[in-house]
Amino acid sequence: MKANCWLGKRKLEVREVPDPKILNGRDAIVRITSTAICGSDLHIYNGLIPTMEKGDILGHEFMGEVVETGPSVKNLKVGDRVVVPFTIACGACANCQRDLWSLCENSNPNAWIAEKLMGHSPAGLFGYSHMLGGFAGGQAEYARVPFADVGPLKVPEELTDDQVLFLSDIFPTGYMGAEMCNIQPGDVIAVWGCGPVGQFAIASARLLGAERIIAIDRFPYRLRMAAEKAGATDVINYEEESTLERINEITAGRGPDACIDAVGMEAHGPAAIYAYDRAKQALMLETDRPIALREAIMACRPGGTVSVIGVYGGLIDKFPMGALMNKSLTIRSGQTHMHRYMRPLLDRIQKGEIDPSFVITHRMKLADAPKGFEMFVNKVDNCEKVVLSA
Amino acid sequence: MTTAIQQPNRTGRRWEDIGEPSRFEWDQGPENLSPPPADRTVRTARGLGWFSIGLGLAEVAAPRRMARLIGVEDDDTHRNILFAYGLREIASGLAILAGERPTGAVWARVGGDLMDLAFLGRAMASDRSERGKVALATAAVLGVTALDVMTGQRLKQQTDGGKGLSSGAIDVRQSITIGRPPDELYRFWRDFRNLPQFMEHVESVQVLDERRSHWKAKAPAGSSVEWDASIVEDRPNEAIAWQSEPQADVPNRGTVRFKPAPGNLGTEIHVSLQYDPPGGRLGALVAKLFGEEPSQQVKSDLRRLKQVIETGEVVHSDASIHRGMHPAQPSAEAAKLGGDR
Repeated sequence: MKANCWLGKRKLEVREVPDPKILNGRDAIVRITSTAICGSDLHIYNGLIPTMEKGDILGHEFMGEVVETGPSVKNLKVGDRVVVPFTIACGACANCQRDLWSLCENSNPNAWIAEKLMGHSPAGLFGYSHMLGGFAGGQAEYARVPFADVGPLKVPEELTDDQVLFLSDIFPTGYMGAEMCNIQPGDVIAVWGCGPVGQFAIASARLLGAERIIAIDRFPYRLRMAAEKAGATDVINYEEESTLERINEITAGRGPDACIDAVGMEAHGPAAIYAYDRAKQALMLETDRPIALREAIMACRPGGTVSVIGVYGGLIDKFPMGALMNKSLTIRSGQTHMHRYMRPLLDRIQKGEIDPSFVITHRMKLADAPKGFEMFVNKVDNCEKVVLSA
Repeated sequence: MTTAIQQPNRTGRRWEDIGEPSRFEWDQGPENLSPPPADRTVRTARGLGWFSIGLGLAEVAAPRRMARLIGVEDDDTHRNILFAYGLREIASGLAILAGERPTGAVWARVGGDLMDLAFLGRAMASDRSERGKVALATAAVLGVTALDVMTGQRLKQQTDGGKGLSSGAIDVRQSITIGRPPDELYRFWRDFRNLPQFMEHVESVQVLDERRSHWKAKAPAGSSVEWDASIVEDRPNEAIAWQSEPQADVPNRGTVRFKPAPGNLGTEIHVSLQYDPPGGRLGALVAKLFGEEPSQQVKSDLRRLKQVIETGEVVHSDASIHRGMHPAQPSAEAAKLGGDR
């Protein structure tokens, strides 16, 4: 089959590789009909995620048709159309039982590597380094899906791939980001980053009843999408005005009740701060650039919540712990507990409360994946979300 | 009736006792660790620790310059390797300075030296390296390796007080929590034929009678080792202790305790294992180069046990079914490999 393989920093190639086989009784093989490039794939593309190896197949947002099932998979049959969650979870361990699916204790065969870096290992992920399992990803014609009796969600025929594909990651991720804000009537929510996850955080904050939603980015086309499609009430282009001043003005000095960091480890920011973090990252004195996170903490109202769904990989610098402590802030974070959200969000899509396809700006063939990455990383042609098809 | 076996006491390892039933302490704490001997050898060890940190910082901060300094090609792969080696150096330096058991930490440095030498060996064979610089770097590493080995041996002698079955003894303690009641896990473990399902290096266990069993395990370089073991203590639903019979290829003993976990979390499993690796400590180091370190192996074995009990089988990824490095993509032999293990 063809698969998009990582060969090094900013080096990708669609290569011919062997077809996947059933390795565990609870596996299924899925023929992929649609797959997407995630903003978090760009961290890998830029060489910032450790434990990648030449030849790793990327991609963790995919859906398709079941073509084979292992002997223990009873709920799926060949021909079923499914969306696959990007976190792999067994459904049986203590954390899966607690509804903390992205912390599955059994799905990462390389847990020992993650333990060295983080003390404990989270769940295995598709196409996201060896530290997180060494699972082949879904930017390919086929994928092996472990614990297929627990993860994949069957989707009704009347919904298109475009409408349900993002149940694989970014819609639940944005939704969890908003849910962690514990939104109350009248709440003001600020969202850093208007990439696809930011758009879904904004849209979800709206679904959950936020009064005002402030979108922050530097690309006018993204801010336009946030206001016109996702439901932001206010937008801030931080290259044109000061984020903190503007937020203070919008909230009459209170600060947002909750702030969502939908940016993560490769933030941009005002020139001097950006140069500082970029330099430290280049020297590997910090692995992540937490510019959005710092700002979110500074902006948040005392007693408020900072919800972190942007991906971080390692260490950050100049973390405003004093502000966090003295303002009694709550930080909530995590890889998305996918299995918790997929079905309820499918219901919302079916009821017409949201059509997630609004983020799609580019469609390509799988063979053009490297070009898709290049456009996405450079924001060419107002690129917001690239969907690849077989 | 319970028979007890002796557990390593305050001086670390009394290996002359192996094979003889004696007393076993069920609850061991960190106080069983030997205090670091405070003398010149320790000072040398600390020097090596600081050296590790310095070298590590240089590799992490300037992998490019380091690549040029030692004469290897300055590309992504080499920079990444040097960066990773830098983290390893810093970690081993900190481990030595933390000083709980500098002996182990110093021997870990020897393991690191062997990795460096392997890396330089490959570089020497490459046309794209500057061979003169590589040779110089190799000579430097060899010098440090000699110092590491010497320091390690001296520390070892001091910790052992010159006694002990061998200087190569490995002592591992690991634990895990599994969501099933103690009696179920006890029964699973007590049937030793189940152990190869999750113990990666154990090929087979044959049960000879109520107490005795015959073990066959993989050893480095494709060889295998065998021994007979007998149960020296058996407390249903609580603990099992076993040890090898005299003349075993790999003298070893182990205990496993099953303890109810708090709340409804199931069972805490605590394993303690001591063995004399084939080829002594050097053999263990070479083995380490090609796989995980002993305590990591035991931890990984326990994690596989948890997978078997909680999910029905050992969980595989496209990369994990291969020995050593393999990209995360399917392979032609995957189905076969997966099925066998």
